Amino acid sequence: MEVKINISLKQGVLDPQGRAVESALISLGYSEANNVRIGKQITLEIEAEDASRAQQRAARMCETLLANTVIEDYSIEVADPT
Amino acid sequence: MRVAILVFPGSNCDRDMMVAVEKITGRRPALVWHKDSQMDPVDLIILPGGFSFGDYLRCGALAARTPVVEAMLDHASRGGAVLGVCNGFQILLETGLLPGTLIRNERLKFVCRSVNLQLQPDHGSPLLSTLDPGHSLTIPIAHNEGNYFAQEDDLEMLKQNGQIAFKYTASPAFGPDNPNGATDDIAGILSSNGRVLGMMPHPERAIGNGHPSSDGKLLLRAILQGVA
Repeated sequence: MEVKINISLKQGVLDPQGRAVESALISLGYSEANNVRIGKQITLEIEAEDASRAQQRAARMCETLLANTVIEDYSIEVADPT
Repeated sequence: MRVAILVFPGSNCDRDMMVAVEKITGRRPALVWHKDSQMDPVDLIILPGGFSFGDYLRCGALAARTPVVEAMLDHASRGGAVLGVCNGFQILLETGLLPGTLIRNERLKFVCRSVNLQLQPDHGSPLLSTLDPGHSLTIPIAHNEGNYFAQEDDLEMLKQNGQIAFKYTASPAFGPDNPNGATDDIAGILSSNGRVLGMMPHPERAIGNGHPSSDGKLLLRAILQGVA
């Protein structure tokens, strides 16, 4: 099953990269840009009986390795072929 | 004095650390590869600086889940002493042995220069007990992710328990100094039993003999005495 994991910085955690990108956007004339935050997306395939099992395994992967829950939140989308 | 230095693919301060420790103890530390799950008993385990696993995913994240780090965690849980420097500090945070994390430097630049460190007088660590309280040390840093961050309750706990070992501090050469944006100028922290020390500055790069400072040697000697 195809799984997409989105990892984003928690609100309140400084994102120096996001801030630099925001000021670049503003200097390009996109003065409406605000609160830029940079995260990452991880895609993977998980062999599982059903979507909820895949979801559960992906959450375990996030907790043990993929996300640092001190500063990051994660969300999981499972594309269920059925 | 038995010392082991853990080596990961991408570690690059392991040999400098080995030389520094050998100069002080007269005995060469063991270099232990990351796949080793068994380690001879040692008095001190050092996690050196570098770019373990290419800093992939997050600095120290992959190294923190290796067999040798499992063995290090066993050693620490028995009250064993551990020192993590730079990437080694990042690894200690990723294991959860020390609280918080290190994020990208505030000004997005790799910073490589000497800093002044203030030993915090209320630290409760046997590893640092031979240093004068409030001692100031000049030791280089070299990192891109050294901006210490912790949740409020963790920060409060660090302060209450004397678990902050070093803060960046002003010096005549650099003026007021916080090179990376670290919360409360934190440069190094301790575990609650004071026997695990993680720090961004590189003591092995300040051992005299052509280095601009020998304060790193002073610090390593204190740690080695504190362990014994």
